[in-house]
Amino acid sequence: MTEVIRTQTPPILHGPSDKEKKYDRQLRLWAASGQQALEEAHILLVNSGIGKFTIADKAIVEEADLGVNFFLDEESLGKPRSEACVKLLQELNPDVKGDWYQLEKDQPLQTLLDQQKFTLLMYSLPIEPETLLTIQNYANENKLPLFSIHSAGFYSAFRIHLPGSFPIVDTHPESTTTPDLRLRTPWKGLSDFAAEITADIDIQEAREHGHIPYVALILHYLIEWKEKHGSIPSEYAEKKEFAKFLAAKARTNNPEGGEENFDEGVASVLKLLHEPKLEGSVKEIFDHEPNGLEAKSSFWIIAGAVKKFYEKHKALPLPGSVPDMKAQSNVYVKLQNIYKAKAREDVAEVLESVRAHPLGKDIPTTEVEVFCKNAAFIKLVNGAGSKTSDVVNIANEEFKSDQMAANNPEFGMRFSLLPIYLALNATCYFASATSSEILATINKIVPEASSNPRLVQAAEEVARAKGGELHNISSLTGGMVAQEIIKIITKQYIPIDNTCIYDGITSRTQIFKI
Amino acid sequence: MSQPVMISGTMAISEPKKDRWTYLNNVRLHKGPFVAEDFEGTEEAVQQVESAFKVLVIGAGGLGCEILKNLALSGFKCIDVIDMDTIDVSNLNRQFLFRASDVGSSKAEVAAKFVEKRVKGVTITPHNCKIQDKDDDFYMQFNLVVCGLDSVEARRWINSTLVNLVDDNNPDSLKPLIDGGTEGFSGHTRTILPTLTSCIECQLDMHAPRQAVPLCTLATIPRQPEHCIEWAHIIAWEQEHPFPALDNDDPEHITWLYKKALARAEEFKITGVTYSLTQGVVKNIIPAIASTNAIIAASCCNEAFKIATNTNPYLGPEDNYMMYNGTASIYTHTMVHDKKDDCPVCGNLAMDLSVDPNITLEDFIASLAERAESQLKKPSIRADTTLYMQSPPSLEEQTRPNLIKKIGELVGNGDEIGVTDPSLGTVNFKYRLNFSKEFKAVEGTES
Repeated sequence: MTEVIRTQTPPILHGPSDKEKKYDRQLRLWAASGQQALEEAHILLVNSGIGKFTIADKAIVEEADLGVNFFLDEESLGKPRSEACVKLLQELNPDVKGDWYQLEKDQPLQTLLDQQKFTLLMYSLPIEPETLLTIQNYANENKLPLFSIHSAGFYSAFRIHLPGSFPIVDTHPESTTTPDLRLRTPWKGLSDFAAEITADIDIQEAREHGHIPYVALILHYLIEWKEKHGSIPSEYAEKKEFAKFLAAKARTNNPEGGEENFDEGVASVLKLLHEPKLEGSVKEIFDHEPNGLEAKSSFWIIAGAVKKFYEKHKALPLPGSVPDMKAQSNVYVKLQNIYKAKAREDVAEVLESVRAHPLGKDIPTTEVEVFCKNAAFIKLVNGAGSKTSDVVNIANEEFKSDQMAANNPEFGMRFSLLPIYLALNATCYFASATSSEILATINKIVPEASSNPRLVQAAEEVARAKGGELHNISSLTGGMVAQEIIKIITKQYIPIDNTCIYDGITSRTQIFKI
Repeated sequence: MSQPVMISGTMAISEPKKDRWTYLNNVRLHKGPFVAEDFEGTEEAVQQVESAFKVLVIGAGGLGCEILKNLALSGFKCIDVIDMDTIDVSNLNRQFLFRASDVGSSKAEVAAKFVEKRVKGVTITPHNCKIQDKDDDFYMQFNLVVCGLDSVEARRWINSTLVNLVDDNNPDSLKPLIDGGTEGFSGHTRTILPTLTSCIECQLDMHAPRQAVPLCTLATIPRQPEHCIEWAHIIAWEQEHPFPALDNDDPEHITWLYKKALARAEEFKITGVTYSLTQGVVKNIIPAIASTNAIIAASCCNEAFKIATNTNPYLGPEDNYMMYNGTASIYTHTMVHDKKDDCPVCGNLAMDLSVDPNITLEDFIASLAERAESQLKKPSIRADTTLYMQSPPSLEEQTRPNLIKKIGELVGNGDEIGVTDPSLGTVNFKYRLNFSKEFKAVEGTES
């Protein structure tokens, strides 16, 4: 996989390369940078479309494996499960390297771990305590993400253990997120542009008037509003009034009976007049004290510079993008350039303080640019602000809310999925157990488990499966795990923090920080 | 990396041993705490599903490949699959039953053959055609339909077909429809019990159409790279006709559009036109990844398995829709969509529609394409008389003069109209038109 995916516009006559064609539908989600990160990854799967993966397992393929695993066939019977499975998985994508490792008494997992370098580890439950300990130690020592996965009958759960705090810059916020256009606090370049284009607004010809971009309309009428009311609208009711005021300024003596640019402005003005507030996730990053190792990373150096910028300007660096709005082409491009110029100015200021940092000399400018563009949406997973809770505390909270749900069926509240996690966890070393054995194990953690009807049901359902996986449930869980792996390796989008429980009976998931 | 290892097909293989389905039998043969009272849990019941339960899979693409594999490993033995497409290189990142050597072959045929070979004892019959090519008798033979489609039109067609198959005197005529869909990291699974629960048409406003860019923006004031591409696609192509017919899959055609769009973007100083964006806009490409397909397909097949085997309650009678979003953490929302009395497929009441009587019938028809609940691209309309018919050509010609007439000239305030579109099956909208303005009989100025 040495072929490089171009990040720039290809020269005019070049269509996409073969590789770009093959990965087209996913490059649209995580771009060339994300794809490269995936190809460099080496994943270890213990017990059971990345650059390289290795499966370590001790099982020999039996008849029942063929009923649940699509990547085994009749020829696999009697062979090591890891070998047979890797062989058929390889057909999926010949560009991916697959390896297998047969776990035996004289071939423990430690030997494999000593020989190879991995980027991420996963294991499926149930598992022997010794093997589990080996994996956990290795992940801790090498600071690697570790996934634990458990699927039985109609239930599944998986948990991600990340090594320390995990910051994400490219979180891909929803496209419906309101852009930061600084209409409450325009800088001079923007005010001048608005003043110029609205100078003779009342006598403009129909075509011109109907093409004033709404950014300029809002800024213009905010000045008029301020003259009358003393300040720009802050309260919700005032903003509503302003929207009406703006709507009334549209010309209606035309065949359309209104103007689209005004309509667009009225539709977005409430959101655009939001007072800028730092998102909790950004605040968490600003409040985070990076530890010795973290402090040397480019993320935390840039974060420090952006924090300084924020403290000085009471605003984050401007992202610099402008949503589409009705306007003449040249006017719109001019407006875009005004926003871009300001964004570049902000980047320059942040870059200056990054460079002033003793370790900031070699940080690529593009990394600072990307950080500034996404500053409002950066996110820290596993930070100090998201302490794990004790299972007992979570159980108390969940069961209290379940009680309420049971007493008030008319509210349509859904029951907690925590019982599923507790019941699965009671079988994490031994697959098969009776419901009373499962309840007894849970009782050691959550007292009086047997008197909770939902715990009893979860225990019975887990016991019913006798540790057997259903292909659908495992495939679905594998899909969720794969999404999380992609997010962690590409450092794009936001992974779960940290446990996901799936109920295939009611078709629901629930996330817990355990 | 060496060539993929091919499995030789020479081994004589008998029916798989009974142990094969140990794990499925744990739940098929044993009661759980949530099973319905009529759960049998017998070998006979299992046999019945395996030998007689017929499933139709619509679509053999990203979801379809996963669905076929999942059904085969869920104990279904009689499966049909229908897809009119052939395999493209860009399918290979996720449509895991296809290899580079299959490019150009029928998706339905290659997928069926692969799964049949891997999971012994399963029969998969491929149909390399459109769903519209099959008649009611074809659809009547199945017990359940699972859809893995990327087209709203095809969903609407199969939905209305299955609703219309329902005969109150024949319980077998009610075929549950399970529909999956994905986009990027998110997706949905829904179960429809035709005529009993909310149908795809009842939920159509969930899939609001993309707002079309006005033609005048494309023609005179482009601002975005997409505007330049749409201009090349809609206007420049029509004017210059560089090739006899536009083929979205022909790189030469896409390159032509890309170059045109790029030149226009340069003229207006717009940045961001790329080959990939051109292709994305022209083909309306929705980003797709293997993992999301795995999640949604497995969720659909889990519902199919529960419906067929009764091993646990399924989506449908109460909650009937599961929304999945994996972009920020994992979030699912499982809920009930209510059946609509004024649904054009499974309801019978007229829907109120506010309309300006001064617009022309042509503009009214165009507005139906953009309304979230109708999304009709080629509708025919009747009131007391036929106002406009798309076909046959003779009727189209006869009713065409009505297109330039004002709504107020053709119908009265409060009148009911019927709107149909045969390309979507028997979708029949009943609208009660309420005039939003006074009708001015005098000619107004054209906009």
